Amino acid sequence: MVKVDINQVSFSYPGADVLHDVTFQIGPGEITGIVGPNGSGKSTLIKCIDTILKPKGSILLDGTNVLKMDSVERARNIGLVPQYGTSAMDSTVFETVLMGRRPHSAWRIRDEDIDKVAETLECLGIKDMAMRTFASLSGGQKQITMLARAICQEPEFLLLDEPTSALDIKNQLEVLDILRTLVKERSMAAIIAIHDLNLGARYADSIVMLREGMVFSTGKADELYTPEIIEEVYGVKAVVLEVLGKPHVVPVSPIKKEPSDQAE
Amino acid sequence: MNRTTDTHCSSDVYNKNNISIQEKFRQYHSRKILFLTGVSAVIVLLVGVAAAFGSYDLNLSEVYRIIGGGIIVRIFPELTLPESVAGTIIWELRLPRICMAVVSGASLGVAGAIMQGVLRNPLAEPFTLGISSAAAMGASLSIIGGIRFFGSYSVVINAFICAFLATIVIYTIAKSKGMTPETIILSGIAIMFLLDAVTAFMQYLGTAQQVQAVVFWMMGSISVAGWDTVLIVFLIATVSIPYLIYKASDITIIGAGDETAHSLGINVEKIRMQTLAFGALLTAAVTAFCGIIGFVGLLSPHITRMIIGGDNRYVIPGSAMVGAALLLGADTVARTVLAPMILPVGIMTAFVGVPFFMYLFMRKGKEPW
Repeated sequence: MVKVDINQVSFSYPGADVLHDVTFQIGPGEITGIVGPNGSGKSTLIKCIDTILKPKGSILLDGTNVLKMDSVERARNIGLVPQYGTSAMDSTVFETVLMGRRPHSAWRIRDEDIDKVAETLECLGIKDMAMRTFASLSGGQKQITMLARAICQEPEFLLLDEPTSALDIKNQLEVLDILRTLVKERSMAAIIAIHDLNLGARYADSIVMLREGMVFSTGKADELYTPEIIEEVYGVKAVVLEVLGKPHVVPVSPIKKEPSDQAE
Repeated sequence: MNRTTDTHCSSDVYNKNNISIQEKFRQYHSRKILFLTGVSAVIVLLVGVAAAFGSYDLNLSEVYRIIGGGIIVRIFPELTLPESVAGTIIWELRLPRICMAVVSGASLGVAGAIMQGVLRNPLAEPFTLGISSAAAMGASLSIIGGIRFFGSYSVVINAFICAFLATIVIYTIAKSKGMTPETIILSGIAIMFLLDAVTAFMQYLGTAQQVQAVVFWMMGSISVAGWDTVLIVFLIATVSIPYLIYKASDITIIGAGDETAHSLGINVEKIRMQTLAFGALLTAAVTAFCGIIGFVGLLSPHITRMIIGGDNRYVIPGSAMVGAALLLGADTVARTVLAPMILPVGIMTAFVGVPFFMYLFMRKGKEPW
């Protein structure tokens, strides 16, 4: 049961501000979707929260600042699912998931680590592929293995950076169904950077919409997904329908910039 | 996708149902240990064969008896053995060369495993990082350039110093761009081409005799002066290899990506820098004494991973053993196949190693052995 406070997080590359005063909160058992156009800072925000990049501001886990934690303490609390599934050369699925035990164990593989991996593989329904090499998996299987590795880490807070962007629609739904169930069952907090607005509406409890590195708006998807906001943030004319009780954005056409706008 | 979507989990169910997964994993680990044991036995056999063959042929049982007796006498100096021609040949002529081949092969195998692991590149090895080229330039400076500050050891020490300086230059360039695998490999390749050009330029200026000496050195040879030389390489391997095995788990995780490794609590840049430095040290020591020995650093880790998978806790000792067996086998063939002519071992490592590698490569399936 963890509460996460992202407070005034800012990050700059030399000569370019990427994030500016990003602030929002996440409660236990909640998934927050980060949406926004390309270059709005979604992936950078995920990297800042996991301290891959060193931002200004603070990221509090139940009041403890992640930016001041040592690396092992941070790894015990925060799990990351990267955009593309990768593992070490010639590693099996079991060995890949076992990497998630690194913050909890030393050099030797303990019986409890083996049990934890087996439990996670069973939980995510991939125990039959345990001894297959990671390289032989499909994109969806790889992404579920990445999720298994992060879950095996036993974090209270999960970060997912566009985990479904390379998957077909069936695999997208399967990965996100598993994520939602795990987050609810284990009362974890999760942030998912996601391009697909409609998947975000379907799976996230709340949405943070970024534009040019700043929070444009936060709230429920049905509050944020309006034709006006979509047009302003994405520069696209859109129709918003209701599908399965959730808002569903249908992009219609990009808004052509006037010559005077382009000159700016 | 072959999986269920039910994620409601209960630990009681796991303990009952997951025995097969856990057992499978333990069996898989047992096979790795079996592989290491098997390669150790092959090395022991090869040591005997290598010591038996030569201009003065001996039988295997006699060889093991002499080696065993010699070890006991060295452990318990109060015991003595009667002097024999066979004992002198084995202990003073053949064993230093055999031990040098074993230690050098192990060092190159480990260096290759480390470089491929932390750089996530299956082609990474001492050659592609420019370390071997730097050693060749150092040797050329001594043989052709006349830089001989260290007397008869000038070739060796020049090669070692240049290999280590090249490592520092590569590190400095890569550090300024973030120490990513790409920057390290590109820096290494750039340095390799530059130093190869310097060596080629010196060869162009050298006499036919000097060029012949450099080319022969670059082909690699295990001919060593005696136990002193073996001891130096052995000491460097004794310090480096245990440290790298200790860091093996982190090296495996870095192989899964820098961001993943960071999220699992690893200081990626520090581990990459430290392990590459030890890899460079191992390479520099071997290359300084034996010249450039190709393929062992590249092939040994691949052969090992194809058989026992990618866990570096086993890949590093496995690469050491495969490298030792490969180099000892190649050297034995090199000095006996056209005896009394001794072929350069660098040629023979490719002749011996590549067919075996290709066999494994062709049969590689979806699951490790």
